[in-house]
Amino acid sequence: MAYSDKVLDHYNNPRNVGSLDKSSANVGTGMVGAPECGDVMKLQIKVNDTTGIIEDAKFKTFGCGSAIASSSLATEWLKGKSVDEALNIKNTDIVNELALPPVKIHCSVLAEDAIKAAIADYRNKQGVESKAPAATQVPVGV
Amino acid sequence: MKSPIYLDNHATTRTDPRVLEAMLPYFTENFGNAASRNHEFGWTAEQGVENARKQIASLIGANAKEIIFTSGATESDNLAIKGVAEMYAEKGNHIITAATEHKAVLDTCKKLEKNGYRVTYLPVKGDGLIDLDMLKESITDKTILVSIMYANNEIGVIQPIAEIGKICRERGVLFHTDAVQAIGKVPVDVNRDNIDIASITAHKLYGPKGVGALYVRRRNPRVQLTAQMDGGGHERGMRSGTLNVPGIVGLGEACAIAQREMQQEMEHSRTLRDRLRAKLEGALDEVYVNGSLEHRLPGNLNISFAYVEGESLLMGINDVAVSSGSACTSATLEPSYVLKALGLGDDIAHSSIRFGIGRFNTQEEIDYVADKLIDVVRKLRELSPLYEMFKEGIDLSTVQWAHD
Repeated sequence: MAYSDKVLDHYNNPRNVGSLDKSSANVGTGMVGAPECGDVMKLQIKVNDTTGIIEDAKFKTFGCGSAIASSSLATEWLKGKSVDEALNIKNTDIVNELALPPVKIHCSVLAEDAIKAAIADYRNKQGVESKAPAATQVPVGV
Repeated sequence: MKSPIYLDNHATTRTDPRVLEAMLPYFTENFGNAASRNHEFGWTAEQGVENARKQIASLIGANAKEIIFTSGATESDNLAIKGVAEMYAEKGNHIITAATEHKAVLDTCKKLEKNGYRVTYLPVKGDGLIDLDMLKESITDKTILVSIMYANNEIGVIQPIAEIGKICRERGVLFHTDAVQAIGKVPVDVNRDNIDIASITAHKLYGPKGVGALYVRRRNPRVQLTAQMDGGGHERGMRSGTLNVPGIVGLGEACAIAQREMQQEMEHSRTLRDRLRAKLEGALDEVYVNGSLEHRLPGNLNISFAYVEGESLLMGINDVAVSSGSACTSATLEPSYVLKALGLGDDIAHSSIRFGIGRFNTQEEIDYVADKLIDVVRKLRELSPLYEMFKEGIDLSTVQWAHD
């Protein structure tokens, strides 16, 4: 399979790899996918208490190159956005930016799910009713 | 060192230059039809074919008359299984095979099931070998054929063929083996191994694509097959169609070379395979070889790098040609059914790479691939949330994953 240059770039130079302190009140963690499906994404955001802006985002992904690129791109887009703006990131934006072929669309869906899961976790910690769909949850032990 | 490096010799092999050289005259001056009995062109072609028949038979301890030419292993498997099923339909309707067989065998059996045959798919143990007691128990008075591959194309595991053949002989059941990965790589002897029918293909042993053969035993017992292609009655009536003379000459030459050089080639492949394994296992934790190491083709290494997904691994070694058991690299999006048959979880199947080391590989290539792969695995584990959790001591099997 041929990969787009952008996928290759994110694979070779993934942005924002790492982990944030998941116990911190202003860090939201989303973990989606499952090992037996061949994809697991962990995406974390750190929100500034006063401005409400996402000032840092980190990811770790087990998955194919397109899954790595989708989550790497998501962290780039998250930084500098408010939490509400972040909820507007759609999987189709990721598909277009990375020129993902149809068989890899599920990678972009997973990235969108990871963003929503991270925001839901952040809002739960803040005691705010989550506006995000509660389709995903953080695995036990994370 | 030439790039890309080819380490996918279970998929196909490069045609040996000596094989090509033997074939060339049969495209040009010796272009005759081997079935033309009344002129020199036909005689020369026939001579080439009969010489090849002897070379192939010699490699597997058979008689030249027991070799039937086909277009390759898929046709050979179809002819063997369907040919026996039809010919012996009055005797019974039960066939036994194994879960890890090639699709050419499995799908042929499934087709027969639709036509009223009964098929038992034996499971394999964790090491990839079938359980001989289970085989014995599965044979009934309706069983007409057992089809078990000699060596597996993904994990290289070699089945106890001689013992399987002995059981079949004792019970009066015909024994077919898809031997395409084994012939020319390890010693195969149809008499020692009690084989009645064996599938062979040229392109797995440094011959050309598009030509294969079927060994069909002529005595003790005499095996008869119903032809699956109707026509001029070539190949003792079992396979009609004008013979692919250059291809057949190539298959013969490939067998002759394999017979002469097998010992040193086995040593060569095994040395490189063991070197690759030692380097990978020495540098990385959580690395697992899939299938028995003891009963295995010398050139095969099927290995899983836990917590790293196979396709992303292949992306990192894009100048190396190998295969992965990951779903992402297959058209079906299902991980390898062979690895799953070993009882491995889907996650380990997704993390696997198959190396097929062959005649033309060098130590320099192996060292390059090992070093590069170690770097890529380390990099991807830095990226892997699963490896992070493993390092934190979390038992991944207890985690509730969020499924869509």
